[in-house]
Amino acid sequence: MTLTAGSKLEKILKSGQKAVTCECGPPRGADAEHFRHKASFLKDCADAVNVTDNQTAVVRFCSLAACRILMDMGIEPVMQMVTRDMNRIALQSNVLGAAALGIKNLLCLTGDHNSFGDHPQAKNVHDLDSVQLLAAVKAMRDDGKMISGTEVVGRPQMFLGAAVNPFADPFEFRVVRMAKKIKAGAQFVQTQCIYDMERFAKFMQMANDMGLTEQCYVLAGVTPFKSVGMANYMKKFVPGMLVPDSYIQRLKGVPKEKQAEEGIKIAVEQIQQLLEMKGVAGIHLMAIEWEEKAPEILKAAGLLPRPQVD
Amino acid sequence: MVVAESKPVTEILDMIKECKKVVVAGCKGCVTVCNSGGEKEVGILASELRLARKVAGDDLEVLEYTCERQCDPEYIEPLDDLVKDVDAVVSIACSVGPQYIAARYPFLPVFPGLNTVFIGGAAEHGVWKEYCQACGHCIIGDFGGLCPVTRCAKSLMNGPCGGSSGGKCEVGKGTIDCIWHLIYERLKNLGQLSRLENPWGFKNWSTSRDGGPRTMIREELRK
Repeated sequence: MTLTAGSKLEKILKSGQKAVTCECGPPRGADAEHFRHKASFLKDCADAVNVTDNQTAVVRFCSLAACRILMDMGIEPVMQMVTRDMNRIALQSNVLGAAALGIKNLLCLTGDHNSFGDHPQAKNVHDLDSVQLLAAVKAMRDDGKMISGTEVVGRPQMFLGAAVNPFADPFEFRVVRMAKKIKAGAQFVQTQCIYDMERFAKFMQMANDMGLTEQCYVLAGVTPFKSVGMANYMKKFVPGMLVPDSYIQRLKGVPKEKQAEEGIKIAVEQIQQLLEMKGVAGIHLMAIEWEEKAPEILKAAGLLPRPQVD
Repeated sequence: MVVAESKPVTEILDMIKECKKVVVAGCKGCVTVCNSGGEKEVGILASELRLARKVAGDDLEVLEYTCERQCDPEYIEPLDDLVKDVDAVVSIACSVGPQYIAARYPFLPVFPGLNTVFIGGAAEHGVWKEYCQACGHCIIGDFGGLCPVTRCAKSLMNGPCGGSSGGKCEVGKGTIDCIWHLIYERLKNLGQLSRLENPWGFKNWSTSRDGGPRTMIREELRK
């Protein structure tokens, strides 16, 4: 097995076993205890935990610090990095710093637009986009060169990831864009939360046909519904989120106090269906502010205990 | 053209509250075309200022003049006589105008009567849209002649992002076209989709304002 970074996530994926990643968002303040508490639920059920980078353009404590906290807890982080807030100087600097701290998985994103966040008055950067960030880190890792051509002394060994959203438009271009991310350096991708299973199956078919799933590991994104309200909100207000009515009807069909339980059942079924799809290499479970339910969901889906790697 | 919009009159009144006599200076260039700073708008703004101050019991004398252009020193010169005994100039050119006026009259206050909003054009009567950010190195040839630097909310060179839905950008609640959707459709029509298959490299922003304020020199035109 040839490894680029040698992270647990990379080893599990390369061994052919289904991987599990979860997500843990840092808080809107310096409360490390709260973050540790949320992360503690994920310790034994995820191979690696994604740390979001000011997700939805809301200020939170930084991804780099949060990754370090996870490592101290014995949890392997996937550091998310968005190009919205930093130029190429800061981005490359943070990649080097992250590698120096021992972070081995990096997810390169453009990030949500700042107009959606808590500081819509902010100046955005967008010096690079996600594809260019992938290319930049890959070049630092493989060629020992920065974007400027400056030599990197001590190459950052990162297992590189990207996001894909099969539910945005134009649909037929989504696989082309994924291919572009792979060309730029993506070794794994994590998808946007999947609800429209049919469309996702079509997307995977196209990705398989193009040979993309042989070049890159696809971790299918799952977010359990806590309530029918959440499902409706996602359907109506989250751009590019396709929530079929069948799920909404199903949640409506049970008493309010049972909706969360039903949401979990749906998530478990989804995970099982996704793992059956050709080319799906694992699950990316985003139980947003519901981390404590991750073990239950993953256990019911037959994904626990997690494999041990050296 | 440079597209600009009028500042609220209350904001202008506040800027000139200490003044007894001002010149409102318009421009016959871009701002005349986009109906914000031409001769007609000079007249309207001058009347509004006079009236507001009259109502407040603090009369304001307002002179009116519309320059051929305010982005050429020679066309600022005709203001010389008018500004002799005024307290300030309110320029309703794009923001180049007030800065030229400031440069010509070191001891005279100048205030902007417009907000300069973008380089763009008319989409329909009364609607203007942004098309260019003056990045200093045009790359639209790679994108079907459409500009992702300006017209993509995230300036993506490798779009469209996950926020593109039904041809619209997630920013602007459905009012902004996803330029990457348009780039895709256009290249598809041109039979050039293969242009989008490879990652577009790193843009050199040093030709943009990021490289510092810019000067363009054409030696063959210098006297």
